[in-house]
Amino acid sequence: MNVKIKYRVFKSKLIQVLIIALAFVCTLPLIAILVYIFKQGITKINWAFLTQLPKPVGEEGGGIVNALVGSVLIVFFASLIAIPISILCGVYLSENKNGKVAYWARLAVDVLQGVPSIVIGIAVYFWVVKPMGTFSAFSGSIALAVMMLPIMIRSTEETLKMIPDSLKEAGYALGLPYHKVILRVILPCSISGILSGILLSVARIAGETAPLLFTAFGNPYLNTNMGKPMQSLPLLIFNYATSPYDEWHDLAWGAALILLFTVLLLNIFTKLITKRWHVQL
Amino acid sequence: MDNKNSSRRSHRQIKAEGFFRTTLFSIALLMIVLVLGVFVTLVVQSVPSLKSLGAKYLWDQTWDPVNNVYGALPFLLGTLLTSFIALVISIPFSFAIAVFLGEYNPQGWLSNFLKSTVELIAAVPSVIYGFWGLLVLVPIVRDFETKFDILPYGIGIFTSSLILAIMIIPYAASMGREMIKMVPSSLKEGAYSLGATRFEVIKMIVIPYTKSGLFAGILLSLGRALGETMAVTMVIGNTSLMPTSIFAPGNTMASVIANEFTEADHTLYLSALIELALVLFVVTVIINMIGKRIIKSYTND
Repeated sequence: MNVKIKYRVFKSKLIQVLIIALAFVCTLPLIAILVYIFKQGITKINWAFLTQLPKPVGEEGGGIVNALVGSVLIVFFASLIAIPISILCGVYLSENKNGKVAYWARLAVDVLQGVPSIVIGIAVYFWVVKPMGTFSAFSGSIALAVMMLPIMIRSTEETLKMIPDSLKEAGYALGLPYHKVILRVILPCSISGILSGILLSVARIAGETAPLLFTAFGNPYLNTNMGKPMQSLPLLIFNYATSPYDEWHDLAWGAALILLFTVLLLNIFTKLITKRWHVQL
Repeated sequence: MDNKNSSRRSHRQIKAEGFFRTTLFSIALLMIVLVLGVFVTLVVQSVPSLKSLGAKYLWDQTWDPVNNVYGALPFLLGTLLTSFIALVISIPFSFAIAVFLGEYNPQGWLSNFLKSTVELIAAVPSVIYGFWGLLVLVPIVRDFETKFDILPYGIGIFTSSLILAIMIIPYAASMGREMIKMVPSSLKEGAYSLGATRFEVIKMIVIPYTKSGLFAGILLSLGRALGETMAVTMVIGNTSLMPTSIFAPGNTMASVIANEFTEADHTLYLSALIELALVLFVVTVIINMIGKRIIKSYTND
């Protein structure tokens, strides 16, 4: 009997050690990636790297200013499109918990969240690129905006649900119309939740490549015209990493470090705001 | 109440309120239209291929755009193989993380460290995984293949599965942890009081209680793996031949779209690619919906 109990306790301990070991093995690839990219990238980054255009193959040096500018512009315009839409949609969903349209809209948001990014790229290609007749940064922004929507709508809706009804009722009691209650009372109260949704979705899309392949397309030159093809960091990394040239690999490493650093910083920043652990699906 | 108030409100404010409500409503409608729009666009654009290739498209083995022959089986197989192998590799790890965070060690700096790590694994852009995979993982796999006398491609289905496995760990892990945390402590305490060890509580209480939730987490991971494009495109080798082994190069549905979409120079070619996207869309939507249904039924109980 005693032996059997000892065996059971031993087995329990063994499994515990095994599970802890397995769980922490998962941190290794992340650490490996972070360290490797840092080591490869940090030596490439200097002032010229941030301010010059890529040099042709065979020439040392050059920079990625076109991708930096492009990424900032594309993500900025994507946010500009997505933020108002998703805040309003979040408001609608939290205000109408049982409506028919709300049900279908919620389902649509769920579906959108699971759609592979490349499929969104194709859809936007037919909606924007084809009618306009040219690849453009603008279409890239639209594709990324579509990807931002579900993340931000969800976080807005969940934040708004936590605002107590009494706040809204107090607003009504003062004679405020509906839109003023929402815009002046409810939304300001939930600003931190909404903000973290924005940051999180920006972090998610800043590294998206697939929807940009058929929309923003990439551009070896500096371009600030949203109606023309534009380079972005993830596109540059993809194109240069799969090229056979060492000079281009160097540029890609530097770009990867900048992208990774930005994305991780945004995530950490978001975490400081929310202090709630939940991996966005 | 509304009546009394509205009589006092100025005409303008009522108008503004109506406008606001209409705006909210139309934006909710916009979401529905957006998703239907994606679906309709894919269907309309793949009509030429649906018409001329028919259902045969899905199990034809040859993909040869030069001669206008399109069979999607190599890509379907590539997607299934990479996702399945990735799932098999990732499940033990994500389960371990879920159990560790949900049961063994829900609080404290160690679990905070693990939580942040898992979060960051999900945050790293897929193109960076691909880049790292191409220049670090591929040589390692190649060495491994040389040792075991397999044709040392390095790139291929197995390498893509490894990268995918890392990328999808966070989804099942975070979902599993939330499920495990919902197990009522009275159940666990009951088992402990009967003398169960920690492992026995996990085996006989936690896992049976969370079974369907854990399954839903795996489904959501699978949905991610099926649609993942960039990392896979960079390390899978991109050949349109039928994969001969799991170490051979191949192509997935997503990667072939990424590679050939902008090169597709005639209607049938383009529309065959879009049909792939349509299949991908429908499959991921179904998988995600089932997963979310299960989770919802769970959280409502």
